Amino acid sequence: MKTLKELEELRKKAQESTRLREGDKGSKIVIGMGTCGIAAGAREVMAAVMDEINKRDIDDVVVTQTGCVGVCEQEPIVEVMRPGQEKVTYGRIDEEKARKIIAQHIANGQIVGDWVISTS
Amino acid sequence: MRELSLHILDIVQNSIEAGASEVILEINEDPDSDLFEMIIRDNGRGMTPEMVQGVTDPFVTTRTTRKVGLGIPLFHSAAEQAGGDLVVDSEVGKGTTIRANFSYKHIDRAPLGDMVGTILALLGSNPRMELVYRHRYKDKEFEFRTEDIRETLEDIEISHPMILGWIRNHLQDGLAEIYGGERE
Repeated sequence: MKTLKELEELRKKAQESTRLREGDKGSKIVIGMGTCGIAAGAREVMAAVMDEINKRDIDDVVVTQTGCVGVCEQEPIVEVMRPGQEKVTYGRIDEEKARKIIAQHIANGQIVGDWVISTS
Repeated sequence: MRELSLHILDIVQNSIEAGASEVILEINEDPDSDLFEMIIRDNGRGMTPEMVQGVTDPFVTTRTTRKVGLGIPLFHSAAEQAGGDLVVDSEVGKGTTIRANFSYKHIDRAPLGDMVGTILALLGSNPRMELVYRHRYKDKEFEFRTEDIRETLEDIEISHPMILGWIRNHLQDGLAEIYGGERE
């Protein structure tokens, strides 16, 4: 079993890295987690997003979820909001595509055009 | 849904949308008495008796973007096709309990699947939710409560990738222990 002592060490590390980037304005990633999204693989997409963020040590991103937005055939849906840029909605995302969105859009600010279903 | 753990993820989304701050998840697996039971309890706003009565019907939902709510009907039919049943118990202002049981050995019972993934997805996107996850396999039990780690976390959210990493390992270890190498 993982101990609380290990958890405490991780918390201290997390607090240090949070202090370093105070004042930064982060990006936001929203994943569709309605019944339609979940059935289409949203849980695995969310896991890939979180894993890729962790691997790349990106810590100014908030990952959150939304319910059904009415375009179930496009699920799993991932929305990306970067400060100062318009909101981009990606459709039919899988784990691999999710990782590429983190690498290209979140880390480098380049929209992955092929999978965009709308921008606003 | 391919896995029963995906139904859990889906049903808990309903709890969150109903304003629940606390969710209790219980899984009881007892192959010897051919029982597989899942209970999801929340303290959300609850439903009227009329809503409860209609809730396993796909044409009942509070959603406005789409007229058909499929979460509970899908879970219900998953239980029925595997020799079980689903019961919804709810009270306005108090919360909702959904109890689904399956015949453990039924050929049409979907596998439980990735419970750890389901819990991480829930906590990752709902860091303030208090979750109790109690899982029994035969006579062994594992319990995880977000409440127990809040104090250690201080001002760091439970959804922080490093913290989720710790929870992932903790849950994997706990489940491995109750299964004792018997499955998954």
